[in-house]
Amino acid sequence: MQQRPAPDSSSEQAPPSDQPLELSGAEIVIQSLIDQGVETVFGYPGGAVLHIYDALFQRSDQIQHILVRHEQGATHAADGYARASGRCGVCLVTSGPGATNAVTGIATAYMDSIPLVVITGQVPTPVIGSDAFQEVDTVGITRPCVKHNFLVKRREDLAATIAKAFYIAQSGRPGPVVVDVPKDVTDPGIKIPYQFQPELKLRSYQPARKGHLGQIRKALEAMQAAERPVFYTGGGVILGNAAAALTELVQALGYPITSTLMGLGAYPMSDAQFIGMLGMHGTYEANMAMHETDCLIAVGARFDDRVTGKIEHFCPHATIIHIDVDPSSISKNVRVDIPIVGPVETVLADLLGLLRETGTPADRPPALKAWWEQIDAWRKLDCMGYDRASELIKPQFAVETLHRVTKGDLYLTSDVGQHQMFAAQFYPFDKPRRWINSGGLGTMGFGLPAAVGVQLAYPDAQVACISGEASILMCIQELATCKQYALPIKVILLNNGYMGMVRQWQEFFYESRYAHSYVDALPDFVALAESFGHVGLRVEKPGELEAAMQEAFAMRDRFVFLDVVVDPTENVYPMIAAGKGQHEMHLPPTMSQRELA
Amino acid sequence: MRHILSMLVENESGALSRIAGLFSARGYNIESLTVAPTDDPSLSRMTLVTSGNDDIVEQIKKQLNKLIDVVKLLDLSEGPHIERELMMIKLRAQGTNREELKRLTDIFRAKIIDVTEASYVVELTGTSSKLDAFMQAVPEGLITEVVRSGPSGIGRGEKALSL
Repeated sequence: MQQRPAPDSSSEQAPPSDQPLELSGAEIVIQSLIDQGVETVFGYPGGAVLHIYDALFQRSDQIQHILVRHEQGATHAADGYARASGRCGVCLVTSGPGATNAVTGIATAYMDSIPLVVITGQVPTPVIGSDAFQEVDTVGITRPCVKHNFLVKRREDLAATIAKAFYIAQSGRPGPVVVDVPKDVTDPGIKIPYQFQPELKLRSYQPARKGHLGQIRKALEAMQAAERPVFYTGGGVILGNAAAALTELVQALGYPITSTLMGLGAYPMSDAQFIGMLGMHGTYEANMAMHETDCLIAVGARFDDRVTGKIEHFCPHATIIHIDVDPSSISKNVRVDIPIVGPVETVLADLLGLLRETGTPADRPPALKAWWEQIDAWRKLDCMGYDRASELIKPQFAVETLHRVTKGDLYLTSDVGQHQMFAAQFYPFDKPRRWINSGGLGTMGFGLPAAVGVQLAYPDAQVACISGEASILMCIQELATCKQYALPIKVILLNNGYMGMVRQWQEFFYESRYAHSYVDALPDFVALAESFGHVGLRVEKPGELEAAMQEAFAMRDRFVFLDVVVDPTENVYPMIAAGKGQHEMHLPPTMSQRELA
Repeated sequence: MRHILSMLVENESGALSRIAGLFSARGYNIESLTVAPTDDPSLSRMTLVTSGNDDIVEQIKKQLNKLIDVVKLLDLSEGPHIERELMMIKLRAQGTNREELKRLTDIFRAKIIDVTEASYVVELTGTSSKLDAFMQAVPEGLITEVVRSGPSGIGRGEKALSL
């Protein structure tokens, strides 16, 4: 038997020697991760990945493994890690149920274009297809919800396949990549030469590296000729690390900007040019600006149905410019007049370069002035007003208090539902990668494991998870992970005793027949948190909330579960019902007109 | 409108199901699909016939191009091209029908490739509409089995779909 390489003979030694390492398949998996610069792997062991776990164990000085309590948690944690850090998230799970449990997290990452590499164990190649113990067709099951996936049948292909997986996951429009590795391929007894190949080229995959300069010039002309322009930006700005370029461009032009749920924080939300989120629960001013604009500048956004509402009523007067790295996003739902395919950051940089050549007027042109007057008039409606005198804790008040207590310096993960919308509306994020939520798939249970990933990416940062009592129970087992790794996350539970968003739809569209949206038999969350070794706090009165949050965040080294009992009847406003036009909003009942049509 | 798409695809297991899965997941039509390896054993050539309005077909092409396994894609319907489909058709050939079917085969420049006392198997190559026409010309009730390959296509002229 050949000698195992000493733990210190690897990546720290640069440049790599001419003598290739002799490694087993299992060691190749781990060495590949180390060579890719992976520091943290989220996973859960099982039969098919035991060889890999053994190799991992031997290299634990160079790569950290975080043991989650459910494979869904592993994928969400890796996802949260990726969203916060901009690096690729990595998971390691076993075959069969390990892989199927991971699917929800993979689909979540796919819908929001998050770079993940998910390594799944598989039964040994000779028994694939024989319905062996813990066998599923992982490549088949995950195919529709990955950017790409691989089944590695030969040990010799393992290193190249993992390298491809990282390249594909992180380049172009990012996304999850699954690498399915049969157990025999990782056999520790068989060693083959291994060499890391940092440079990769695939003949069938060449993502755009630059936007077409002619199109960019045309776009800038249209932008400068516009009288009522508006920027509409999405998650692609954050994924493409283009927040700084976007901010510079928007401020140079002086145009209003709105953002999707996924794009919040790319442009500072507390800046006056930011007119709020758009779409189903967007602000009145943002949706009206979209409806009235004559030049829509879409950047890294995908015209999702929650944003467009009824397509026939979407931006009826606008010339539409669309910047996106994925050609298939362009003219998918809405026909675009000036498409620019390219990485958002380079395209924005090119736009800025051209703008510097042409220069910007010293004063705002009169048309733009009039446009801002119109927007300010819409703003005056105060479409997100709520009852500040309420004796119950309003969820909006809870989010505002959270912002005050954390001074805006927070990584906030979210689950899915009303609390997610309240957080998006009432917590102004001024930096990218601070607001971490499942937008596309809308996965309840995402928030807590995602916070695990974020806290591991930034051990010293303030990390909170805003959730509801329904969502949090979907991945509650990760409280144990938080204990094991002493993660000082703060859970802010907006507990209204309902699946709030479901209840809201039932109130609006089903004549208040609350079919199964009441969560009966809720646990005592304080006792639950304490049983996992955490601190639990409960608040029921508005006057006590700020002090409770102060107390929670003051415990810098403890996980605190703050159960905030909120008004069970509060709804998220404004709201554009599904299938309605942008201009057809429900406004809060505190306002004289409940609905503007 | 009908479109005939020609693709060079990585000759790997799973490529076909990725393409078929894309069409079912996104609700696109597949009228026919043919696939076989090329002179380069690492590549398969696929011909896919689909239909839809311009926006849908544009999106189909973008989505196909986005698949990692699709190396190159060409919409043959955008230029002059040749389409051929192969059909083998089993016919009930007894009594007077025998002569009639033989004549029909000659008229269509088809070939009889299997004969029994009671049947013919006829091989016919051409455009899909020619194959349709042959089937319509066969007297009622004589067709017992039909197998069609679906069209394959190639562009006219010197330009080639290759790497």
